[in-house]
Amino acid sequence: MTSVTKQKIAFTILGGITVLVALPVLLIVGVIVKHGLGAISWEFLSTAPSDGMREGGIFPAIVGTCCLVVTAVVVAVPLGVFAAIFLNEYAGDNWLTRLVRLAIINLAGVPSVVYGLFGLGLFVVVLKFGASILAGGLTLALMNLPVIVTASKEALDAVPQTFREVSLSLGVSKWKTIRHLVLPNAIPGILTGIILEVSRAAGETAPILFTAAAFYLPGLPQSIFSQVMALPSHLYAISTQVPNISLETRYGTALVLLALVFIVNSFAIFLRARLRAKRRW
Amino acid sequence: MSDPAVSTIPPGDLPIPSDQPAVEVDQLNFFYGDFQALKDISLSVEPRRITALIGPSGCGKSTLLRSLNRMNDLIPGVRVEGTVKVLGSDIYAPEADLVALRTKVGMVFQRPNPFPLSVYENVAFAARVHKTARGAAMDELVERCLASVFLWDDLKRNLRKSALDLSLEQQQRLCIARLLAVVPDLLLMDEPCSTLDPAATQGLEDLMGELAKQYTIVIVTHNMQQAARVSQDCGFMLLGELVEFDKTENIFENPQDPRTDDYIRGRYG
Repeated sequence: MTSVTKQKIAFTILGGITVLVALPVLLIVGVIVKHGLGAISWEFLSTAPSDGMREGGIFPAIVGTCCLVVTAVVVAVPLGVFAAIFLNEYAGDNWLTRLVRLAIINLAGVPSVVYGLFGLGLFVVVLKFGASILAGGLTLALMNLPVIVTASKEALDAVPQTFREVSLSLGVSKWKTIRHLVLPNAIPGILTGIILEVSRAAGETAPILFTAAAFYLPGLPQSIFSQVMALPSHLYAISTQVPNISLETRYGTALVLLALVFIVNSFAIFLRARLRAKRRW
Repeated sequence: MSDPAVSTIPPGDLPIPSDQPAVEVDQLNFFYGDFQALKDISLSVEPRRITALIGPSGCGKSTLLRSLNRMNDLIPGVRVEGTVKVLGSDIYAPEADLVALRTKVGMVFQRPNPFPLSVYENVAFAARVHKTARGAAMDELVERCLASVFLWDDLKRNLRKSALDLSLEQQQRLCIARLLAVVPDLLLMDEPCSTLDPAATQGLEDLMGELAKQYTIVIVTHNMQQAARVSQDCGFMLLGELVEFDKTENIFENPQDPRTDDYIRGRYG
């Protein structure tokens, strides 16, 4: 066998494996679109479920998921970014920072259902928030923190050290250097972490199952202490607990969840590309 | 080279009296951990002159330069003994204000390092951060600083252009303009021409000559000819010691120490 033939075989095998990796994604999206597209209508998107979930739409679940994601982001992003700034810019290498880093890595590996139980214990029961947007959003925020901290820290670390040196040599204080130079240059990377976490927060079922999600609510949430319906838990409910529901409704719900995540991701990717085009080094 | 724009730059708010040294280093010892990088250095830098520090790689000349604006503080494990007075105040005193020191003592680095911002925003950076100028005053500041480094005519129509698209020489001039916007008294230059071609080097050396009318300049260079061309005072360093410090012509024409003589004759280095 000549080396050219070997090369071709290797290329074919590697290419085939790459396609194999992409295949499940395409299949999942394909199946959901095929079965779900028929269910999508203005009525489906804008009305509450009726007839024991078999008729009507999923509007309260869409609103609920949006509320939960926004709460999680509003809490997790400032905490995560400030923690990353501290870890990367201020804290040296000592036992405390090593402990914090270890904790973050471990936190990222905790199964989401454990976050759900923790949220139930702390936010719902001890802090008496009840099953609510607040409790669910905080639980999702906790789940998101490790990734946001890690991504933000990496983004800050990627800003060249010389920028900091130059800024300090111009008589700019450390905090102002971070605020005016390091942070603006790290924003694209930080956004990447946030994008990843928005999708995860929108799609996770376990953390909100005990902390926020209602089986059925006809109206919209009144405050952050309201219980809500949410897309992933609604999908779980209609797929497992409601008999004789049409396949279309189920796939339609899944399609809306996918589309929502897709829209958020595209927006953030667009934003990141624009910021990156402006700042490069 | 003379340009009326240069004389419009006001010197720092505390102009150095001509009879007082800009920098006085007294028995400075400097350590990176256990390694002693500077040994018992004493020298004084006269105002509005160019002082060059020469010597082979690793002789401590950059360390000495960076100890004048305390940029060495960024490296963990450094230790300083002795005193360094800049414009009359002891910069290693416990109550020393680093931010104030660094607005008085600017630094030009080896590689041109503009921020990934427009030409305008690079010059405006420190003033924006400190909110010392805005609007028309900021436009005027940017113009004045770019004019003092002879970039204004080339770039006045391209102020929004990214600084990273400039040539290396223009970038280095822009970095000096960014520095002048802070209104320093003392300019430290750490091999500012090492990435430039000969024509650009000459341009920058001419600029140093112009700037020396208003500012005190300390330059580190590995290029002996450059030191001979631009400086009035010169120090030769070897293995962390300041071997000889004198008028530049004395160093090059009549060195007192045989080690200086060997170095400028190219026997090592």
